[in-house]
Amino acid sequence: MSEDQIFEYFHSEIVNYLYNEKTGNDLSALEYIGYASGYRLIERLTREWPRFKDELDTMKFICTDFWSVIYKKHIDNLRTNHQGVYVLQDNAFPFLTKISDGSEKLEHAPKYVAFTCGLIRGSLANLGINSTVTAEVQTMPSCKFHIQVNRT
Amino acid sequence: MSRQATRLDAKKVNSELLTLTYGSLVSQMLRDFENIDDVNKQLERIGYNMGMRLIEDFLSRTSSPRCLEMRDTADKVQQAFRMYLNVQPTISNWSAAGDEYSLIFDNNPLTEFVELPPDMTNLRYCGILCGCIRGALEMVQLEVQCWFVQDQLKGDNNTEIRIKFIRRLEDAIPAGED
Repeated sequence: MSEDQIFEYFHSEIVNYLYNEKTGNDLSALEYIGYASGYRLIERLTREWPRFKDELDTMKFICTDFWSVIYKKHIDNLRTNHQGVYVLQDNAFPFLTKISDGSEKLEHAPKYVAFTCGLIRGSLANLGINSTVTAEVQTMPSCKFHIQVNRT
Repeated sequence: MSRQATRLDAKKVNSELLTLTYGSLVSQMLRDFENIDDVNKQLERIGYNMGMRLIEDFLSRTSSPRCLEMRDTADKVQQAFRMYLNVQPTISNWSAAGDEYSLIFDNNPLTEFVELPPDMTNLRYCGILCGCIRGALEMVQLEVQCWFVQDQLKGDNNTEIRIKFIRRLEDAIPAGED
């Protein structure tokens, strides 16, 4: 319980630090911090796991086990077009639930989801999936993460 | 089915996530600032801001009464470390006047997986902890000074944080009521 609190405060300080200092509206540093953390974290988490069957299996892992240890809940909805696009929907994304759900705070949403985009991208990268992750917040506190798998 | 047997350990993952995220932040800061002293300052400031918010959470969870002397405070600080970081520092090396003591950590969750490159000996990697303690105590009207005496990252056996009581902060008189 109390560990979540620490992470939440820490996250909001990271946002605070990276968003005010001379960066303007640039979220890339925030996303990169998430990426670096996700990349290293997944290496430790899945060390003793059997190999994932396929891409969908990996995504399911992100939605269930991964999400539930980090955010204490499952992703509410996973959709895919089976061509490399996945949409993960969280109806009450933890970093947004403490913010007023009126539309007037909507402009602040991007900075609170950028870290998590990076976290997903980093985790997938270390599982062998090269992707682009974006987030979309239409109404607080619900958030959709769009994962576009890059094939080369 | 074998996957069911190897579910992730939430506690462990959380502390690793915190450690790794902290590491990412520090390396980002080292990229942002040329000067290591500036990084130290930023880490301390982030800690301070967190401490100011954490104290409220701490007081509401523990419903602890006001501390009357530094020894009580030391116990609470120790308890807070146990609650939030799951480590138990030892309190020791009290000064004769009872206004200064040390927190000694056998292991420090923030420094797991961390090694300092030799050219960064003046980086206070865990400076955030000092900031946190300072910020939290300031909210209960105690001004303290807080610094590292020993650091495992620099080859010492333990990590030791020294806390020194400076003064009691008095409630300021509201403006216009002098």
